[in-house]
Formats: sequence, C-alpha cells, structure tokens
Amino acid sequence: MALTPQDIGRIANLARLELKQDESDRMLGHLNAFFAVVEQMRAVDTTGLEPLAHPVAAFEDVALRLRPDVPGEYPSREDSQRSAPAVENGLYLVPKVIE
Amino acid sequence: MTTKTASSKDLHDLGVAELASKIAARDVSAVETAQHFLDRAARHQNLAAYVSIDAEVTLAQARAADARIAAGSAGPLEGVPIAHKDLFVTRDFPTTAGSKMLAGYRSPFDATVVARLAAQGVVTLGKLSCDEFAMGSANETVAVPAVGHDTPSAPLNPWDHSRVAGGSSGGSAVAVAARMAPAATGTDTGGSIRQPAAFCGVTGIKPTYGRASRYGMVAYASSLDQAGPMARSAEDCALLLSALCGPDLDRDSTSLDRPAEDYSRSLNDSLQGLRIGVPKEFFGEGLQADVRAAVDAALKTYEGLGAKLVPVTLPRTELSIPVYYIIAPAEASSNLSRFDGVKFGHRADKYTDLLDMYKKTRAEGFGDEVKRRIMIGTYVLSHGYYDAYYLQAQKIRRMIADDFRAAFETCDLIAGPVAPSVAWKIGDNADDPVANYLADIFTLPASLAGLPGMSLPAGFGADDMPVGLQLIGNYFQEARLLNAAHQFQQATDFHLRAPEGI
Repeated sequence: MALTPQDIGRIANLARLELKQDESDRMLGHLNAFFAVVEQMRAVDTTGLEPLAHPVAAFEDVALRLRPDVPGEYPSREDSQRSAPAVENGLYLVPKVIE
Repeated sequence: MTTKTASSKDLHDLGVAELASKIAARDVSAVETAQHFLDRAARHQNLAAYVSIDAEVTLAQARAADARIAAGSAGPLEGVPIAHKDLFVTRDFPTTAGSKMLAGYRSPFDATVVARLAAQGVVTLGKLSCDEFAMGSANETVAVPAVGHDTPSAPLNPWDHSRVAGGSSGGSAVAVAARMAPAATGTDTGGSIRQPAAFCGVTGIKPTYGRASRYGMVAYASSLDQAGPMARSAEDCALLLSALCGPDLDRDSTSLDRPAEDYSRSLNDSLQGLRIGVPKEFFGEGLQADVRAAVDAALKTYEGLGAKLVPVTLPRTELSIPVYYIIAPAEASSNLSRFDGVKFGHRADKYTDLLDMYKKTRAEGFGDEVKRRIMIGTYVLSHGYYDAYYLQAQKIRRMIADDFRAAFETCDLIAGPVAPSVAWKIGDNADDPVANYLADIFTLPASLAGLPGMSLPAGFGADDMPVGLQLIGNYFQEARLLNAAHQFQQATDFHLRAPEGI
C-alpha cells in the first residue's frame, strides 16, 4: 500500500508544513521507501500484548506521578519571552485570528 | 580508583579524574585549564565540532571555580572543563539543537544535567554540534554553522577528515577524540551516544531510561531520549555519570525515583566468571568483516580476563528498525509541534494568516530529515493508522524488552558491535535516509527496551578507522557495564590512542 501525492498533501497539512512541489515529490519517494521497511512489522502477531510506553515498565511498575498544584520557581516572564519573535507589553503577538 | 602520575602528559591528554585531582592540588588552575582547551578548540576549528564558544563566559566560570578552590569549598569536579551537546539548554550559551528554527535561542534556565554538573564544579567550554533535533546518524543534518564557519557543515571525523563523525552526538565525539574537551555530554535516543563514540574511538554510556533527567533536553522522542557522558575512558564516564544522574521528580514526569549512585564503586572488580551474552543476530550477514574481527578480538580479551561467553538470542533485532522509526517520529511529530513561530525561535517574514504563518515558519525552520520524521509521525498517529502502526510498534517494543529479559536469565551483560561498519564517507548516505536508518540496527534494541548501553574503543577496522564494542546491561546495571569497560581498558590501550595530527 503506497502513499500517493494526495496523501503527502494531506499529511503535510496535518503537520503544518508547506512543501514545495519538488519537496513533495522527494518526500513521497522517501516515505514509500521507508514504509516498505515497515511492512515486516505489520505481519507480527501481537495478540494479547500490552503496548509498552515507559520502557522500564517492562521491568518494574512505573507510576506516573502527580505533583502538588502549588506555584514553584520559574523563570521570569522577561527571560521567557527573550527569544520570542514578536512580543509587546509582555504578550505574544500573532496574526489576527478572530475578525 | 587509579590515579596515574600525569606530570609528563599535556593537559589535553589528561582525563577528567586526572584533571580534577591536578586542579584540586593546584598544580594547574581552572582558568589555565579552560584556556588550554579553548586554544585547542580554536586550533581544530576545521573539524566543526563546536557551534558556540564564548571565552568570557567560560573563563568567568573558571575564575569562580578557582575562587571556590581557594576558599576550600570546591566540588568534586571543580574546575574540570567539559562541553555540552547543543541539545541541552543553557542560560549562558545559545541553544540551537542544530536547527535554524532555534538559531540564537537563549534559554531562561539550565537543563538539569547541565545544572547538576555545574553544581559539582564543572566549567562549560561551549556547545557542540549535533544532528538537527538529534535526528541523524552522521551529524550531516546539522543546520547551524560551526564556530569559524560561514555555512552549516558536518563535523569531521578526526581519524579521517573525509569521513563522518557519526550522530547525532557527533560534535561531542569529535571534541573528545581531538582533545578539544576532556569529556562532553551527549544524548542517545536510538544510539546517538554509542555510535559516534564508536566512529571516533571514544567511550560513551547511556544509562537506563529514566536515570538522567530530560528536563531542558530539547525533546525528540520522549520515551527514548536519555543523556549520558562521552569521554576517553570508562573511569571518566563513571565519574560524570554519577554526577549527572539522579531523580528530578518535579521536572521530568518519567524520571525514576532511584537515588544517585556512585558508578565508580566497582570499577576494579574482577571479571572472573562474568557471563557475557553474545547475540547471534548481531553477527549476521550485515556485519562488515573488519568490524567483526575487532569485536571478536575484544571478546577474546574478555575471555582472557576471566569472562565466559554465552550464546544468546535477540530474535526481534531486525524488527527494531521499523519499530523505532515508527515510535520515535510519532513522538517527534508531537514534540516538535511546539515550534510554531510564536513563543520562541524562527518566524517566517511573510504570511497571510495564522495557519499560513505556522506552515511557512515550519517549512523554513526545519531541515529535510526533520520534516520527514514529522511527516512519518503525523501519518502513523493519524486517524485510521494509529492502531496498525503506532500501537503495533509499541506492542513489538514489549516483545523486544521481553527478549532481553530472557537473554539476561543466562548472562550478566550483552556484547556486540555498535554499528555494522566503521564511519562512512561524508555524503555517502546523504540521499538515502533509509540506508542511515538500517545502520542503526545494533543500537536500537537497547534503546527501545530502555536498557543501559555503552560503546568503548575495541580496536581498528578498515583504513585504520576505530571500531566500538557495545556493552548492554540489564536495567540499572550501569556500574557493572562500567566495571567491564574499565577492566577492558586496563588490558588494552585503544582508548588512549590519538588520531594523527591531534
């Protein structure tokens, strides 16, 4: 089951990537070559197996923790916004979203 | 721990342990040591290892270290200079993750790994080149220029400048091999510490997943990413690993609640009776004869040290390639969605609306390999494909972990090659991403299982290029790995050899 140019367009849109035509063409070739390698994986019988997310859970119980909902020490707003592309009065600027 | 008398060696030939004791004894100051390595970095600028150097910042840190030594409040690694892979965020240096997307980015905080090393007195020499967002096996995807270079270029392998350094921690391996730093940090998602260490003839270890904090490591694949040290010896790796591991429960949700350990404690234990598992799948057709010869010789050395070789099997070794290259891109596509041109990093100059701004910003900011992995990840997580690809991969991931569990019932650690070949020529695989993926076959299984793994210099292969021996331990058995590596290094001198002209 090979991907089509339409698939590449759809995935690129989901991924929020603008691909030029020649980029899309190359992407199609590379992804289809990749998914050919993936085919062997699809044939493996995994009935009854639990997916493994935290790898150490294969060895011992790993519980996801919750921490108390209290303020901690965080960088200042100024420090945090130092590398933002557009900031005014401590706010991030974006193109108008709501008309 | 053995402390050799090192008075006759140049500063840059000293390891971390030797430098720490020399600086503590005030044979040399932290400032002199830092300056020496900065000079070395300038001299070997052509190797493209460093992407950021700021002598003033480094020397200020070194002066502070000297002041603490004078005041009697020195840390265990006071004044030892090391460099960080540019995937760790740092307050005092820019952090790019090798990407145009983050060119010039300044983090408001230090990564936990950076902070833990600094707390022990470590001085930062600068930031080291890596594949863009750590996605690559040759450091050829780096998209920011190295110090002294106008355009981005892959770090050169110090053993042969026409060859790749490996990746993604290529700059770290080059800096250590060329004595531009006594040690460096690296990160390993699918082999990114072990493979460049092997290609450049240095020693590196990735701990059990969850040992080292991921806080402040620019995220690639969160269920796989681990930090670790790269140095010339296992002894130095043990010192640094002890410093950088430890629980970080409030800041990294997958950090394990296990106390920091002294990984140097058993370096000198005998290997008599150690059972080394040799997986037959690591010695198949794909393994080049020169690498095989060096690895076989290393295993013989282990037998000479009293270890016993035990045949084991890891039947899903080949499956680890598709499994890894589904899971890691899936996680990457999610992690990298934060790069939207709003909170930090690059933003396109011209756009029509918000959606167009996202798409153009990401099109301009990301390189080809990053885009490929985002596309793969987006696809395998999308409606209708999630079960067939992502969930299936996670289930086979459990099978791979189970294979290791069965293997460790008959052995104490597993040994084999790190990579199927020595470092290849720059550009050889540049247009064939799948060829690069296939070359990760021996490092991916331990990554998927979350096991500790390391690479140590095992000898030389074709064209006198270094070959690495991979050791894989059971969960939390880092000290045993380092013990086995240290004993090997007491019996051999591969880790002490320097490339010509260095």
